[in-house]
Amino acid sequence: MTATEPTSAAAVAEDLVIDLKLDKLWYGKFFAVRDTHVPVTRGTVTAFIGPSGCGKSTALRCLNRMNDLVDGFRFDGSVHFQSRDIYHPTIDPVAVRRYIGMVFQQPNPFATTVFKNVAFGLRLNRFRGDYEERVEHALRRAALWDEVKDKLHSSGLALSGGQQQRLCIARAIATEPEVLLMDEPCSALDPIATRRIEELMTELKERYTIVVVTHNLQQAQRVADMTGFMYVDTTQGGRTGYLVEHRPTAELFADPRAEETRQYIRGEFS
Amino acid sequence: MSTPSASLAQPPTAGERWMDLGLRRGAQALAVGVLVLLAAIVVEIGAVAAPAVRERGVDFLTSSTWDTNRDEFGILPHIWGTLYSSLLALLIGGTLGLAVAVFISQRFLPRRLELLLKNVVDLLAAIPSVVYGLWGIFFVIPAIRPFTAFLHEHLGFVPLFDERSPGPNMLASSLVLAIMVLPTMTAVSRDAIATVPRKLREAAFGLGATRWECILGVVLPTAATGVFGALVLAFGRALGETMALAMLLGNRNEFNVSLLAPGNTLAALIANTFPEAQDHERGVLMYAAIVLLSITLVVNMLGTAILVRSSRKAAGARP
Repeated sequence: MTATEPTSAAAVAEDLVIDLKLDKLWYGKFFAVRDTHVPVTRGTVTAFIGPSGCGKSTALRCLNRMNDLVDGFRFDGSVHFQSRDIYHPTIDPVAVRRYIGMVFQQPNPFATTVFKNVAFGLRLNRFRGDYEERVEHALRRAALWDEVKDKLHSSGLALSGGQQQRLCIARAIATEPEVLLMDEPCSALDPIATRRIEELMTELKERYTIVVVTHNLQQAQRVADMTGFMYVDTTQGGRTGYLVEHRPTAELFADPRAEETRQYIRGEFS
Repeated sequence: MSTPSASLAQPPTAGERWMDLGLRRGAQALAVGVLVLLAAIVVEIGAVAAPAVRERGVDFLTSSTWDTNRDEFGILPHIWGTLYSSLLALLIGGTLGLAVAVFISQRFLPRRLELLLKNVVDLLAAIPSVVYGLWGIFFVIPAIRPFTAFLHEHLGFVPLFDERSPGPNMLASSLVLAIMVLPTMTAVSRDAIATVPRKLREAAFGLGATRWECILGVVLPTAATGVFGALVLAFGRALGETMALAMLLGNRNEFNVSLLAPGNTLAALIANTFPEAQDHERGVLMYAAIVLLSITLVVNMLGTAILVRSSRKAAGARP
């Protein structure tokens, strides 16, 4: 597709980085998620909120095929990344994860130096070029450079929790992925470190498309352009998560359409 | 009767406290007992060996002659044979053991099969070493005979192959010894690999690492200290192995670098010579025993220290 193509559909498709369509998703016999369709636009932050066990992390992990590592995972539906079906049989899940970066709930730096942590992805991608420049660039963007520039060659595990999480963000963005997935990135951090990461997310969306799972409603309101609320359906005997509504964040919080959303954001259940 | 709101809590009775104290003291006494036992063994053997140590000194360690009739004794060939066979076994068994540890811990197989294989490898440790010796004599030595003949014939100018025995030899001994150290290597390095947190493997996969890139780039480097500890413990196991080598190595008291030639080790020397030894030779053998004991104690203490350090590191202590 070229930029000169006149159709509006093409323009929409170009802005659409990820198109998640989960109809039915199982882990073995466990029916985990149903009817969750979320389009993600370039350069935005999309948040998934909802109670524990509603499948928001599962939905996130479909976007870079991390669920492939779970035994018994299968789903009906599709996930498109830049108009390509990432679950197509000819697509290598390892390749998908190189284009879509991920930051996890627990800071998980490797037991090696700060520098080697950030350079890990570059080495995986057989990057030939100036590693020092790339590493510095990634650390600056993750707002960590000033704190670690004098200890690049000491262990990443010696940093504080908040610094470790920013190190993991630097590691994820060093290879310039299109999309950054964040699975409750602040849940192990104190409020000050959390604010740092939130500011960082707002800065990073200039360059990356971000999808974040959070338990923290204020966080979704502060950082997300779009918010998807997921809830657990217990009516069929199981515990199946589904998307209740997915709308611009301000609208969703000001004027929730569904009763479940209204109760959840008022804190009437968790 | 007390009111329903009264607390049901009671302080521990005197009996409970005595029991607690007694258990603690008892455990302490037993722990100290183990150390006393170790010290007693060293002192006892040291006492029997003392006259020989005083009489022969360092010459005993550097001489290569073992001649009862002339009363000349030296254990250089045995120290060499002990280290040589153990290092070769470590090279083969260590590599193989690590590969098995990776194979049965990194989800190459279904859980049940992993568990089954782990138990089979553990069972290798339950085979008596005399059985390994017999297996070596009746299977390994004949099996590698054409191969050793080929090496000697075509590469005989290399010192490693310049002398060959069709019967007992260093290569066959090391191969059997490698299989004997395999369970130690596999069990200990598998434990070290298992302490690598799942979140680190997820991080590697999340960055787009293949399984091998994850294992080689993250899992093994993180477990490196533990794997090294496993190597040292396997080395300690190989150094002290007696029966299989007494049966397979040929008991030749001669210094030799050839893989295809017979040799001897400290443990095999003691086992083979002691039953028929005269009084003066017994002292000499005790001296050899002290040397062997020192080597294995140092190696095992080193291995344990490394493992303790690595498990502390894995527990998340900051360096």
